[in-house]
Formats: sequence, structure tokens, C-alpha cells
Amino acid sequence: MKRNSIAIVGAAETTKLGKIPELSQISLHADAALNAMTDCGLKPSDIDGVACSMEWPTHIAHYLGITPKWVDGTSVGGCSFMLHVRHAAAAINAGLCETVLITHGESGKSLIGKFRPPVLPTHLQGQFELPYGPMGPPTLFTIPVLRYMKDMGLTHEQLANIAVVQREWAAAHPRASFRDPITVEDVLNSRMIAYPFHLLECCLVTDGGGALILTSAERAKDFQTKPVYIRGTGESVETPMISQMESFTSSRAFRVSGRQAFESAGIQHSDVDHLMIYDAFAHLPIFGLEDLGFVKPGEAGDFIWERNTAPGGKLPMNTNGGGLSYMHSGMYGMYALQESVRQMRGTSPAQVEGATLSVCHGVGGMFGASGTIVMTNDPSSS
Amino acid sequence: MSNPFKPLPEATPETKPFWEATQKDELHIQQCNDCASHYFPPRPFCPSCGSRNVAWKKASGKATLFSYVINHLKNPSYDGPYSIAVVQLEEGPRMMSNIVNCDQTPEALILDMPLEVTFERMSDDINLPQFQPAKQ
Repeated sequence: MKRNSIAIVGAAETTKLGKIPELSQISLHADAALNAMTDCGLKPSDIDGVACSMEWPTHIAHYLGITPKWVDGTSVGGCSFMLHVRHAAAAINAGLCETVLITHGESGKSLIGKFRPPVLPTHLQGQFELPYGPMGPPTLFTIPVLRYMKDMGLTHEQLANIAVVQREWAAAHPRASFRDPITVEDVLNSRMIAYPFHLLECCLVTDGGGALILTSAERAKDFQTKPVYIRGTGESVETPMISQMESFTSSRAFRVSGRQAFESAGIQHSDVDHLMIYDAFAHLPIFGLEDLGFVKPGEAGDFIWERNTAPGGKLPMNTNGGGLSYMHSGMYGMYALQESVRQMRGTSPAQVEGATLSVCHGVGGMFGASGTIVMTNDPSSS
Repeated sequence: MSNPFKPLPEATPETKPFWEATQKDELHIQQCNDCASHYFPPRPFCPSCGSRNVAWKKASGKATLFSYVINHLKNPSYDGPYSIAVVQLEEGPRMMSNIVNCDQTPEALILDMPLEVTFERMSDDINLPQFQPAKQ
């Protein structure tokens, strides 16, 4: 993809975040989509491409009254939206469509009209993982961490500290679910969920949604919003089974996706002003920082402890508070993208002054997939 | 009564030899006749080289504890907190297991400790492989 040839011109979250029992999952998609269209002055009839996950593009296009000539239903978990951005950019560049709407909505807490494809007893996961009694991501996504701690020397306090730092960022965000300061002791004293993980090291469970609208950089100049340019992208998948991950100290999908994004963007790590790393659980930023190459293997725990990613640090990370404090409907990637867009527009409540380059890195499943988007507000910098 | 948090597996044609071997309290995995690599979970070709020239063989049943969590969420199939682990078989592949017949505590569950296979009877058809501390 040609750098900065595509721009995000519309971006919005659902009107409410948190507990939204009055809306079903598909209406959360629609609420976010209508807000994104309002943001950039478009109507459903102006959209000719639709991408979404969990709901089929068929459902979303029909519900919103859109007649698309390009759709993408890529569904690889919470980073699906990063892949949608990448695919949409390629489609617009190829002339398949002009204006793409990417939607997310999830009734993660209220469970109204929520659909997730089931794991059947005949699937490999159904035969070789579920009989061992896992109870969802808190008991699976977390399994690699004791191996990481032994091999890399990460401490329980350093793991807990990740939630503490992200709460500092959340304090600035009026829409964050949890904003009160916490300490390492608070985290370590919170209820044990799956040793070594305590409640405050696990993501929230909320309702919400978000949407993005992309078009060519040339057309973006005609919109009322400040364009946020797509400078580089990456994606990959590894395995649906955490037990079959190649390594428990590094994610192959993270490394492949991150490398493609940095190479296609033509950037160095020192160019990055703002970073989002999908944090369903406290260890995700550790893996992300190392697998994207911001620090060497084994250094991320110290790097965060030394406040490099905290407010005032040299690498502001997860500035909305992340899935640990901002919100997490189940597929958090859309909210990470929204915060990167806000930072590039200069409108985040936790704005990083003068930021021109943001890296937004997502995970799907449990280290099963990854997508990475590099955004900039300065298209002349390539 | 079925528990959605410990569902009964159902064999497919590709995995049937695995589940049939467990009926004799044996753990069988596959090996590629071309590149010699052992692999799991079962499939009718080698995930390392793509060869269909593969064979089933009996594993030693020896493993080490690679990583785990101790689940504190209530599960009606377990009596209190329980380990959900990934073990590394002597032959190389990894698989999920509970670590059974020992305390479910960080003090008792030490990474890299030697383990051996045992079996948990779930139904007439399913004799689930489990791992316990090795008896030397």
C-alpha cells in the first residue's frame, strides 16, 4: 500500500459506553455507525463498502440501509478491525469502492442479541482443551505467563503495575469505566481469578461499539474532520489453541504483524509518539512492547515500571486506560483504534502534545491473531 | 449432566485413533515418516512439512510442566481451585492437561517438574489423558 494514500475521516464510539441494556448488539453497531457518519457529514447512501465482525456484513448493510459493492467479514477476534482497516485501504486503492464503513458493536455485559460462534465438541479445541475445564479467556489467555515470568524474570509486582499505570491514563478520560487511582497492593489484594492473575489484571466486561469511515487521502481533504492517514499496516494469525502457541514468551502473530506494519510505514521505533497495545489482560502490553521491538525480550516489565509508558513518559501507551480501565466489550480493538484517531486529531482527553505518529496494535483470540495499524496526521513526513 | 465448562469431547475420523488408544490407558501421538517430527493435535498430515506419510505411535507418557494457571472461578466439575496446564511431552509436542493427584497450589506446581500420564474416565467413549507428578 502506498503510504498515507488512505485516511480515516469518520470515527466515533457508541453514544453510551458501559451498561447499555436498551440496545441489542446490532443496534450498538448502528449507533456507532450513525455517530461516525455524523462525525464526517455522511449518510448511509454515501457508503459503498462495509466491514464488520461477529455480525455479517449482510446484517449490517441491510440494517443501516447501505448498498455496498465491497464487503469484508473477517472475524479473527478483537483485532478484526485492524485487519478491516488494512483490507479497506487495499480495496479503496484498488478501486473496488470509495468509502468504507467499519463497525463494531457488542453487548458484552448485558448480552442482548449477542452472538459468538460456538466451539463444538468435535473442534480441536473442543476435544483437546475444553475438557480440562477452562472458563473463558481469564483461564486460557493467562496460561503462558508463569513460563514468561520464570524465563524472563518478570515479577508479580511488575505485572500488577501495568494495571496501575493504565488507571493513571484512564483518570483523564470522562468515558472510562474505572478512573480512581489504584496501587500495586490494591491489584495484588484484589480477588484471585486464575493464579497468577487477580481481578484488576483482567479486562472489564462492558457494552459498547465503535465505527470508522475510510476514504482516499485525496477525497479526505473535502471532509470537515482532520484526516488521519494510514501510513502502514500488518496482520497475521497463529493458532486458535493457546496450548499450541509456538512460544510462551513471544507471539509469532505479533512479530509478523508488527514487522509488516513498521516496514510498510518506513518508520523507526523512535518515530512513534503514541502507542496502543490491546490489553485484555495485564501481560499483553509486555508481549506487545517486546514483539514489536520497542524493547528487548525480557525488558518490558522494567520499562513500564520505570514509567516510560505512564503520563509524562517517553512512550505514552494505552492512553485511554485500555481494556483494563476504559472499556472492554469482548473485542476491544475498535476502542484502541478510536483512541489512536483521537490522538492524531488532537482531541483525546489525555492528549499527547504534538503527537504525529501513532501505532495501534491488536490481538485476536488468545494470541491467535494480530493486526497493527500505523497512523499519522502529517502525510508529508513519509 | 453435561457441564459447559468441562464438555465431553467427540472424536472425528481424524482423531479416532487417539481416543481409541486412551481406552487402553495409552497416549498415542503422530509422527511424520518423512521429516520425523512428532506432532499434536491429530491430523492426517504433518504440520511441519505437509507430508501425508504419517504414522501413529505410542508416546512414553512422560512430560514436564511447561506453564499453568490455577482457576479460582467456580466450576461444578472441580472441587475448589484447579490447575489448567500446558505440558511438554518427552517427544516434543505440547498439550493441555489438569495436573492431578497433587495440591493445586503454586508451591506444589513447579515449572519443569517431571510428570506422567494418567487417565480420567469421563464416559464410556472418553478416557481423558491427564498428567500427575512423576513417581520416578
